[in-house]
Amino acid sequence: MRKFIIVLSVIIVLVIASFNIFSDKTFRPSQEVILKAKYSEKPAKVVDHSKFDALQKDFNRAQDVTATCITCHNKRHVEVMQSSHWNWERPDYIEGKGIVYLGKKNIINNYCIGTQSNTKSCAKCHIGFDMTENGVSYTDSTNVDCLVCHDQSNSYVKGANLSGTPDPGVDLRKVAQSVGKPTRDNCGVCHFYGGGGNNVKHGDLDNTMFHPGREIDIHMDEAGPNLVCIDCHKTENHQITGKVYSIASISTERSTCEDCHTATPHESEILNEHTLKVACQTCHIPIYSKGTPTNLDWDWSTAGRLKDGKPYEEEDSLGNHIYKSIKGSFTYGKNIEPDYVWFNGTAGHYVLGDKIEDTTKAVVLNPLYGSYSDKNSKIIPVKIHTANQIFDPITKLLIHPHLYSDNVGDGAFWKDFNWQTASAKGMEAIGLPYSGKYSFIKTEMYWPINHQVAPKEESLTCTNCHQRENSRLAGLNDFYLPGRDYSDFIDSSGFLVIILSFAGVLFHGLLRIYFSYKQK
Amino acid sequence: MKTVYIYKSFERFWHWTQAFLIFFLALTGFEVHGSFSFFGYENAVIFHSYAAYALIVVIVFAIFWHFTTGEWKQYIPTTKFLKAQLDFYILGIFRNSPHPTKKTVLSKLNPLQRLTYLELKIMVIPVMVISGLFYMFYRYTSGDNIGGLDIESLETVALIHTAGAYALMAFVVVHVYLITTGHSILTNLKAMMTGYEDVEDDDENNNEEENNNEEENKDDNNNNNEKEKVENEKH
Repeated sequence: MRKFIIVLSVIIVLVIASFNIFSDKTFRPSQEVILKAKYSEKPAKVVDHSKFDALQKDFNRAQDVTATCITCHNKRHVEVMQSSHWNWERPDYIEGKGIVYLGKKNIINNYCIGTQSNTKSCAKCHIGFDMTENGVSYTDSTNVDCLVCHDQSNSYVKGANLSGTPDPGVDLRKVAQSVGKPTRDNCGVCHFYGGGGNNVKHGDLDNTMFHPGREIDIHMDEAGPNLVCIDCHKTENHQITGKVYSIASISTERSTCEDCHTATPHESEILNEHTLKVACQTCHIPIYSKGTPTNLDWDWSTAGRLKDGKPYEEEDSLGNHIYKSIKGSFTYGKNIEPDYVWFNGTAGHYVLGDKIEDTTKAVVLNPLYGSYSDKNSKIIPVKIHTANQIFDPITKLLIHPHLYSDNVGDGAFWKDFNWQTASAKGMEAIGLPYSGKYSFIKTEMYWPINHQVAPKEESLTCTNCHQRENSRLAGLNDFYLPGRDYSDFIDSSGFLVIILSFAGVLFHGLLRIYFSYKQK
Repeated sequence: MKTVYIYKSFERFWHWTQAFLIFFLALTGFEVHGSFSFFGYENAVIFHSYAAYALIVVIVFAIFWHFTTGEWKQYIPTTKFLKAQLDFYILGIFRNSPHPTKKTVLSKLNPLQRLTYLELKIMVIPVMVISGLFYMFYRYTSGDNIGGLDIESLETVALIHTAGAYALMAFVVVHVYLITTGHSILTNLKAMMTGYEDVEDDDENNNEEENNNEEENKDDNNNNNEKEKVENEKH
């Protein structure tokens, strides 16, 4: 038998040795190293627009700049005019509704609710000049705003409530001569301020990301990879990948971590297996709103209070608005742990005119679809934004109010502070009925968290989820999660059996000692 | 008293590796279960998998050994003396009565041990190995390019595996205690470590320990029982 053990040991040693000898030892740099090398070289600017004759002049109107751009970059404006940036909508598919053009005509959000009848104000961000309600401007190619995305002089600003035209103080000649590839500044000037202020909407996009450090975003770190938005949001012919599910429904044209990092980027196989059901963002974005606070709740029902007949604003000690007469009450938060949901890349949408049958619970404006048993679903982190929105209890429709007007007396809420006229005007503008009665209803929006990726040492670890108490996934209960889940019955009966075994042998042992003592 | 070589070296090697691995699997397994934290969760998962593979290797060799040596016959269940064995643990042991069955090289397990170990071998261990493999090769519902078992839910597998772990732990508690019920407290432990055990020499009946004729064994035991009765009456 000793021989047998010796033979066994020799076999084991041989197997291990052959594994080592025959395994592939060629050095292959990790994907991470390849990417670091790729992005450490920034391409030099190849074209200097300040030398072009066509741009050696003063422009009166922003449209003149666009017309000049088109003289060289012909057909580029056509690309822009086919994009969702220009159209404010795109074709989507919603379960139960079929193919729907989702966008400004039919979508409501949790912030300023809707754009129609308020375009003059909203167009400060949504690109294009002379954005008026009648839609004529959409067919005029000179209304394409090239500068807002391509300005590199950092001096281009759109005017407030000017239907998308630049602020009169902008030196258009200087801006036109500076143009280049969009940077974080160009995207951020709108996308960091969505919802009417810094970081109001997304929670993972704010103005600290103009010049982010490692602590804000590992990829955009200025001292590190210094990636800009379009490094990930790859763009061909002005069609930008990556879209936000507040207005998208189908899983196409997405920009994902896997595009660069592959689906199995970890050295550890256990972690790679997790990628089947857990999105990268879930572990790698442990908290969002790292730089500045984000809006978490918006209560429209308190809007309209006046002091001495005038609207006012209140701020908390950190400078966050907690009340605005024109908008209502706000709750802000910073360094927030996301909520987690299953998501398969498709979403539903509340579309203007949808009746709300169940008014007892919050209306989810963009339910994200997915479940454990759905093979395309992964767990993703989200910001759940809650609001209290104006609602018609008779028609059971969410009300699209008329908010902005230049003048008092037009019925715009931001001037007149009257929900009745604002509701009537707003609903009339979109062609939906208003009963004359309004109340408020809880609404929710789900914002997937994709930015502000943390350095790997700050990623979630196993026990952030795999633990009994305070599991990050405590809210996802349609599957068995080791470490978090257990059967009360099996655990308590198993424990009881062990305790009884102990008690039994202890009792038996004591009796033996007692009797052997007695027998002596 | 007579010293016999009762546990072969492979048997001892197998026993102790298995004992260590089961202990280690329980430690890491219950950490994965969320009962406590010791190695750290990821380490616990990795160690548990390695120990599981090691245990499977040991079990495969053990099965081979059992069949090639005929040792599997040790586990054929019998009801003979089952009650006597139970009576011994419940009553006899306190009166210092002798064991109702005699340990010999070819029959080293008492009827109660035969039943228990057989159940371990054909029930608990296979259930743990199979549910463990399911647990290990379960990759959520399959997708992309990572292959795995396509099981709708881990829950059933996990709960069976957990229940089995509790059963094994209860077995270990009782087993560790019962090895102290040999001739002396350490007899059985020493035997499993060295292979040698002092077994009773039945001079009275002139039966040799190593004469493993079953009939004679039975006689042996009958005699013991009679002896026991006599002794009991004396008390």
